[in-house]
Amino acid sequence: MSKKSINGAEALIKCLENKGVEYIFGYPGGAAIPIFDALVDSKIKLILTRHEQGATHMADGYARATGKVGVVLVTSGPGATNTVTGIFTAQMDSVPMLVLTGQTITPALGKDAFQEADVFGITAPLVKHSYLVKNPNDIPRVVEESFYIASTGRPGPVLIDLPKDITSAVCTAALTNSEMDLPGYSLPKDPTDAELDAFAAVFKGSKKPLLLIGHGAVISRAAKEVKQLAELLCAPVTTTILAKGIFPEDHELSLGFLGMHGTAYANMAVSECDLIFSIGSRWDDRITPAKIERFCPTAKKLHIDIDPAEINKILVPDASIVGDAKAILKRLIPRLKPLKTQDWIDTVVRNKKRYPLKYKIHGGLHAQHVLSEMNELTNGNAIVTTDVGQHQMWAAQFFNFNLPDRWLTSGGAGTMGFGFPSAIGAQFGCPNDVVVAVVGDGGFQMTECELSTAAIHKLPIKILIIDNKYLGMVRQWQELFYDDRLSGVDLVGNPDFVKLGEAYGIKGFRIKRPADVKRILKRALDYNEGPCIIHAEVVKEGNVFPMIPAGGAASDMVIEAPKRKMEKPQGST
Amino acid sequence: MLQINSSDSHTISLLVANKPGVLLRIALVFSRRGFNIESLVVSPTQDGRFSRMTISANGNPSALEQIVKQCSKLIDVVQALEHSDAEAVECELGLIKVNIEKERRQELLVILDHFKAETIDITQDSVIFRMTGTGLQFDTLMAMLSEFKVAEVVRTGKIVMARGRELT
Ligand SMILES: Cc1ncc(C[n+]2csc(CCOP(=O)(O)OP(=O)(O)O)c2C)c(N)n1
Ligand SMILES: [Mg+2]
Repeated sequence: MSKKSINGAEALIKCLENKGVEYIFGYPGGAAIPIFDALVDSKIKLILTRHEQGATHMADGYARATGKVGVVLVTSGPGATNTVTGIFTAQMDSVPMLVLTGQTITPALGKDAFQEADVFGITAPLVKHSYLVKNPNDIPRVVEESFYIASTGRPGPVLIDLPKDITSAVCTAALTNSEMDLPGYSLPKDPTDAELDAFAAVFKGSKKPLLLIGHGAVISRAAKEVKQLAELLCAPVTTTILAKGIFPEDHELSLGFLGMHGTAYANMAVSECDLIFSIGSRWDDRITPAKIERFCPTAKKLHIDIDPAEINKILVPDASIVGDAKAILKRLIPRLKPLKTQDWIDTVVRNKKRYPLKYKIHGGLHAQHVLSEMNELTNGNAIVTTDVGQHQMWAAQFFNFNLPDRWLTSGGAGTMGFGFPSAIGAQFGCPNDVVVAVVGDGGFQMTECELSTAAIHKLPIKILIIDNKYLGMVRQWQELFYDDRLSGVDLVGNPDFVKLGEAYGIKGFRIKRPADVKRILKRALDYNEGPCIIHAEVVKEGNVFPMIPAGGAASDMVIEAPKRKMEKPQGST
Repeated sequence: MLQINSSDSHTISLLVANKPGVLLRIALVFSRRGFNIESLVVSPTQDGRFSRMTISANGNPSALEQIVKQCSKLIDVVQALEHSDAEAVECELGLIKVNIEKERRQELLVILDHFKAETIDITQDSVIFRMTGTGLQFDTLMAMLSEFKVAEVVRTGKIVMARGRELT
């Protein structure tokens, strides 16, 4: 009984099928042709993008929205180098992703062969792990290991570089149950009872506790435990921008997100708390000052994180546990007692009332107005992706979520161009959800070529373009810190985005006046035959507040536009 | 528990899977945090699946803790530890070439004898010898050699091993 022999590429695709891969986002080229060929006979759906960067953000959006590994397939050389930004974006936000890159044949490696780039080397600092496959029989094991590495522990991107002679050669290895060879990779051990007891003891006597929930808790699916913990302790909750929705944002104890453009009341709570407990947040520089001694100077600090390298990286906490947020919280909660926090809750609630997020509805069309109406109409149910800039911060401020996994934004990398393609990936992964991509006029133009991809597949994404005709976030910094000396931020010459959409056969809506906002957004939400562009022409010079200048502490927060000139910030960006 | 010595000079011992690219990944961790690698020794272990790396580097201790953790985090690194002088023995091998006239040769050989360095090549006007010892012993020898013409020094870099039954 002899079976038909298969090549490395066919083995690869079979292994991906066995892993339950539904979609591959990709772009072909010479070195990857064997793999594209193997896809012809596969049930995996190949989504041809219009640029490799788009493919990576689609896989990223798919992964964030579904929790599954997103898969990218590109060719060697320029195809592979075009994925670098997307790999970096996924790595910074711990997104499980598999990037398959074609490569020149192994005898040509290192000889500057046509479209040969040292992809393994270029991406080494940006991946969780990577492989250069030199034997077709390694493919099943490498795929097995890649999925395991990408999706366990602290997730992240894994890259497999696949020389064309290897994908073309016969593979005789078994395609299932391949044994992994990962002696250096292990998941954290469960904490001991004694560790948990010691951790729990730190809470004792706290009168002003604050829970700081990060993306780690989202990845761990710890929403239920976070809510139990907050309600048990009677502790207010703030989240990082990535963790929006892990705790219901309409809950009395919710303070929304903290940090540079977070809510005033969240940042005030950071200044005033006597205990701060980070669950899967890494004390990133968007939420902590450059001089770390200025961060909650008198508060006890507690930290749980699945990545041991995050402990003591930015600050040395009073107690820490390495491990999965959900598993740890399940064992920690029974060890904790309600704290006497009534006065603290009163203060926090008072601050919420006194310093709400505000916006204007007259004097031109304001981005916040558009986003706030979109929030009301979608009622926390839509998946919202964003690009990077002012519109991203306004979206974070004016969308509220009661569920995690609804809000996809590039946090650690701040990658312009992410918003639209990530929405495409999310819509593929969640076909029954309403998906809204909130993008700026600048960032949208970085990956707008994917309009083809969205149109062809009739994905009913609402592309909400906040058009202020500026690289608004940079303009804001130049206005506030550089005497309004604008340099390289004017987007004069923007296309007519509605007409641009028309060229792709995409429906367009335009909002120019505050009075039209609700009516037009409703029409766009009712339109489901394919993607639509909602071109919101907003005032050009709006600024995002509150703001903590980069490097500053929560106590340096500026709640409203300052009358005086501001000092140049100490932090980098 | 991770123990980091409080000086600026550190020796980290890594047990790594014998796979391509490990060295690149480890070097990236050091360079990102601005650590200058003083010496690096890579060698096979008794188990062919693993290699040993011993890295000596300079930098501040808190950054080093992070570097050790970030090395441990690499998929192909099985273990990364810093060893302090108290709990590990260290050793280094060096070849040293001195250009020397016959008249002064005897004087040199007396010094070498003291350091138990072995001459392995002698010509009319040069001597090569092999030295094993700790970094400190090397420094002392080099100080003694300052009055000779040291033509070149090739050192292997430091290797360490945990004392007693403890594994490195
Ligand atoms: C790829 C990339 N290049 C540059 C930046 C720096 N940057 C951050 S926000 C921003 C302006 C974004 O402009 P736009 O997309 O119009 O959004 P707005 O701020 O106007 O809402 C720029 C240039 C970045 N984050 N990413
Ligand atoms: Mg703009």
